[in-house]
Amino acid sequence: MKLQEVKKILNAEVIVGEEKLDMEVKTAFGADLMSDVLAFAKAGSLLLTGLTNSQVIRIAHVMDIAAIILVRGKKPPTETINLAKEFKIPVLTTKYILFETAGRLYTKGIVGCLEQVEDHSAHG
Amino acid sequence: MVVWNKLKITVHTAETENYLYKNSFDVEGGNFNNAGAVSTQVKSILKNIGLPNNVIRKAAIACYESEINIVSYARQGVINLIVTPKTVEFDIADEGPGIPDIELAMEQGYSTADRQIREMGFGAGMGLYNIKCSSDIFNLTSEVDKGTFLKIIINIP
Repeated sequence: MKLQEVKKILNAEVIVGEEKLDMEVKTAFGADLMSDVLAFAKAGSLLLTGLTNSQVIRIAHVMDIAAIILVRGKKPPTETINLAKEFKIPVLTTKYILFETAGRLYTKGIVGCLEQVEDHSAHG
Repeated sequence: MVVWNKLKITVHTAETENYLYKNSFDVEGGNFNNAGAVSTQVKSILKNIGLPNNVIRKAAIACYESEINIVSYARQGVINLIVTPKTVEFDIADEGPGIPDIELAMEQGYSTADRQIREMGFGAGMGLYNIKCSSDIFNLTSEVDKGTFLKIIINIP
């Protein structure tokens, strides 16, 4: 699915990366705990989160996250926007809550970047 | 200060003498705005060297969580990166409060993080555990009221 379609499904506003909406995405990960994003998120996935600080962008960069979807109508501070521009990571914001955001994307074919974690492991 | 200064001179082993890349990055304690900046640099460096994605991923996780720990708990610290043909190695040292009970600190969910750390999306007691899971060799030592030293080795398959 193209990011353009994600935008449409979520009725999202593009904050950074209008020029990258033709990017293809297939998987997603959702969390507000950055340690879990580091442990579980996979390269090329969407990151659904309610956190808006600069950590989100830096972590997206080191984990090769394709694009960030801010849920619950969150608007990032200027420093986060500037960092996203610097790293060329698209940031979209949607008014849907995390559960609804994930559900709406899932019914249209986006799946989790992993289904389950392994026993006693932070690295599925 | 002793630990931190000592770490400016990286310990050489037979393996690390044959390095491809070596650098040292200072991390300022308490500077939450810049937290993660060293790790983003390290990730780009490893990518430019052309290491396998899985190795970069593990190194990025270990480096990021370590950097967050320094920013969150220590006054200052240093992250030494050494890349050899077979390994990515981090020597990480800080001067700060140290860890009184390492076994307890290693437990998933145990944390002494304050509100500021939690607001960043960390402080859930997963950091050291994540680092250990990402490392092939993980060696954590600490002295209370002095600082903490962490040796991480990630093998390149």
